[in-house]
Amino acid sequence: MSILVLAEHNNEILKEATKKAITAASQIDKPVHVLVAGTDCTNAAKDAASTEGVEKVLLAENTQYKNLLSEPTSELLTDLMSEYDYLVSAATTNGKNILPRVAAKLDVSQISEIINVIDKKTFQRPIYAGNAIATVESSTDKNVITIRTTAFETAKETNSNAEISAVGIEKNPGLSEFIEEKVSGGERPELTSAGTIVSGGRGMQSGDNFKLLESVADKLGAAVGASRAAVDAGFVPNEYQVGQTGKVVAPELYIAVGISGAIQHLAGMKDSKVIVAINKDDEAPIFEVADYGLVADLFDAVPDLDKELEKIQK
Amino acid sequence: MKILVPVKRVVDYNVKIRVDKETNTVDLDNVKMSINPFDEIAVEEAIRMKEAGKCDEIVIVSLGPEQSKETIRNALAMGADRGIHVKTEHSPEPLLVAKILAKIIEKDSFDLIILGKQSIDDDCNQTGQMLSALLGCSIGTYASKVEIDNDALIVTREIDGGLQTIKLAKPAVLTTDLRLNEPRYASLPNIMKAKQKTIDEVEPVDLQIEMQPKVITKKIEEPPKRIGGGKVESIGDLVDKLKNVSGVI
Ligand SMILES: Cc1cc2nc3c(=O)[nH]c(=O)nc-3n(C[C@H](O)[C@H](O)[C@H](O)COP(=O)(O)OP(=O)(O)OC[C@H]3O[C@@H](n4cnc5c(N)ncnc54)[C@H](O)[C@@H]3O)c2cc1C
Repeated sequence: MSILVLAEHNNEILKEATKKAITAASQIDKPVHVLVAGTDCTNAAKDAASTEGVEKVLLAENTQYKNLLSEPTSELLTDLMSEYDYLVSAATTNGKNILPRVAAKLDVSQISEIINVIDKKTFQRPIYAGNAIATVESSTDKNVITIRTTAFETAKETNSNAEISAVGIEKNPGLSEFIEEKVSGGERPELTSAGTIVSGGRGMQSGDNFKLLESVADKLGAAVGASRAAVDAGFVPNEYQVGQTGKVVAPELYIAVGISGAIQHLAGMKDSKVIVAINKDDEAPIFEVADYGLVADLFDAVPDLDKELEKIQK
Repeated sequence: MKILVPVKRVVDYNVKIRVDKETNTVDLDNVKMSINPFDEIAVEEAIRMKEAGKCDEIVIVSLGPEQSKETIRNALAMGADRGIHVKTEHSPEPLLVAKILAKIIEKDSFDLIILGKQSIDDDCNQTGQMLSALLGCSIGTYASKVEIDNDALIVTREIDGGLQTIKLAKPAVLTTDLRLNEPRYASLPNIMKAKQKTIDEVEPVDLQIEMQPKVITKKIEEPPKRIGGGKVESIGDLVDKLKNVSGVI
């Protein structure tokens, strides 16, 4: 039997997180099938069909799957799982919301946010905010797994075209109803796939001051992130939060500005390739993980950085 | 309306744990333990519903060793009504926790179950979702705002792209996110009062649950250590290093 990957998409293409889940799935077993559920999402199904490692795409087009609400989507997945040994998805808010509901219906545990596939039944996952790595072994035939996207490469585009087949629609349990979504989006790259991230913390003092970081981010083609304290204070929206209980990121370059480096924040960014910290407190724990620490007032340092980057651009 | 709030006793969020290299386990001797922060938010939300006249009784349940009673007492001191302690040696895996909770709910029906979105020790983020599946009811994860609308709940959820609002039929399971509320501190008189509140004891066998885990932890290791601590003297120096040494800009 094979592996089913739950896809997330914008109707046209798969999310990068899903392409990473496909890579992880290919490391566990073969063949890998992908479920694309939603409305008007045949293009996304085609994208899945031309992704490396994918042998078949299941397409479930129905309004009840439009926002991937947990109740109808888990119903569909539970039914499909009679044909599969594994269900895999990225540990996004959708994956984390839906998969445990399927696992419980199948009477199996879920293995959350794996970072390494050791063999078909053995995986590694971080616990205690990444301060320990557990090696866990599953004892069941069926397995439900979410993957940490920073630990796996994005599956490539190929010329091949996997078969796309429509799957039956489950009855909507009718327990939930979508009302609205407020997505800020914008021009900037997404936090979890950006090559560079500029993050601000409580030290920024206001939402307005985040403009200083945005200007730097524009010059670097970077995403903007934040600590929990900056989100709680209302400087920036919740989707900016990096950390143990926010987004886990691992860009090439992470610039932490006015962030102290609490355990929970480090958990979300310490696997970045190069870390820069700008903080006026030379004892801030963020410096312990920084490759380049600058002890300075951010209100001097960030405008200076902005000017230097502008010079390079010219 | 009756609300059940499951709470877990975990290593305090300020503690940086150590892995014991000899035993391959997390060293928990003499480590400060506290109520899981997300569960504290769940308790607070239930109490606010009660204060708003929307709820008649709040029951706290915790699984774990004898000390879990302290965690239940904390929640009772915040304002919950009574507790249930399910005695287990350590904390079982999420599926087992969900099964035990489902049994408790079977015996004593609840309209709403509010849990933390994840516990900060195993970081699983599963129990609420699993419980909703076992109960066959609706699920609202990562809640940052909850309104009660007759027989339904309007829940705003923190999702990757921003915020999503959904309507859920009752009974429902909710899991809390950080922005839902700011938990209160228990006052001294309420701490004294909580000592008089009842905590019933239950054994998993009484609930006919077989405590066999389906996932076994083989080993716990320390992650590779990041070597940091490098400093630069100026922005000029920083930009030069990023460009010419690391090649990331
Ligand atoms: C259950 C739970 C989950 C959590 N999850 C997360 C999470 O996912 N992500 C997260 O980030 N946190 C999380 N936290 C919160 C975490 O514990 C810290 O409270 C938070 O990360 C602190 O944010 P901060 O560094 O911005 O603020 P602070 O710790 O207050 O640090 C501010 C820093 O700014 C510096 N500063 C101030 N002014 C200036 C200036 N002018 N120039 C230069 N530097 C300046 C200060 O020296 C200080 O180091 C969580 C906490 C709990 C309990």
